Amino acid sequence: MTVISSEKDAEALHFRLVAEFDAGVERVWRIWVDRTQLQRWWGPPMWPATFETYEFEEGGRAAYFMTGPDGEKARGWWRITAVVPPRLLTFVDGFADEHGDPVPDMGETTATVTLEDVGGRTRMTMTTSFRSLEQLEQMVEMGMEEGVRAALGQVDALLAEDASA
Amino acid sequence: MVVNQQSEDDVDRLFRALADATRRDIVTRVLVAEFSVSGLAEHYAMSFAAVQKHVAVLERAHLVTKEKRGREQIVRGRVDGVQRARRLLDDYEGIWRRRVDRIGDILAEGAGDDD
Repeated sequence: MTVISSEKDAEALHFRLVAEFDAGVERVWRIWVDRTQLQRWWGPPMWPATFETYEFEEGGRAAYFMTGPDGEKARGWWRITAVVPPRLLTFVDGFADEHGDPVPDMGETTATVTLEDVGGRTRMTMTTSFRSLEQLEQMVEMGMEEGVRAALGQVDALLAEDASA
Repeated sequence: MVVNQQSEDDVDRLFRALADATRRDIVTRVLVAEFSVSGLAEHYAMSFAAVQKHVAVLERAHLVTKEKRGREQIVRGRVDGVQRARRLLDDYEGIWRRRVDRIGDILAEGAGDDD
């Protein structure tokens, strides 16, 4: 399994990663389809992800939380926009409040994942575009061990603003 | 092995953009304050069109931004924003590289008959 290339466009806030795995396309597809497997790789080791809702179908929703070392929870949601087994998955990814409801002010990103067979191995391409620098920053914080706490703080701050408005 | 063509192209553009004394001078000015293209042109013994070309090169190298305001084109230094974006994209890449490693570990466990 190797990351074979990445493209980063700092102007367009666009990111693409290409990785190849020593497994067939059907097998790699299952690390997305199977909730148990997804939970093992989505969150960083110190912030494992738990998907409470996972409707793996077009229009389906996912709600997940990541649990930190002190038991704190950072929540996110997906809306699955395309599923073409075993080759294509697109979903919108955003932050959620403590009830799992989207926090619209935090923005959302669309991720596109494609799998293709390359001589028995599988090439996975993941593409995401960010709408703003701030959104990219939030996504980075949410994905990084040392950053999740900061992302969580931003969600709390936004919700506090909403409550007082 | 990692091929990062995008950033190599960016680096090329950056060095080409900064290889010219006029362009270096423009960057220095617009980092301190915003200028219109015509305002910049007053500082150099060259045509408006020539200055505009220099600004376009700097824009492609992500060193400045150009924005229309009325009949003027306003030029601003943008080094900070782009550097920040680059750093964040590097971090984001790190997140996905670690995910890919974890996926690899799961796939290596067996024939995948665990569901």
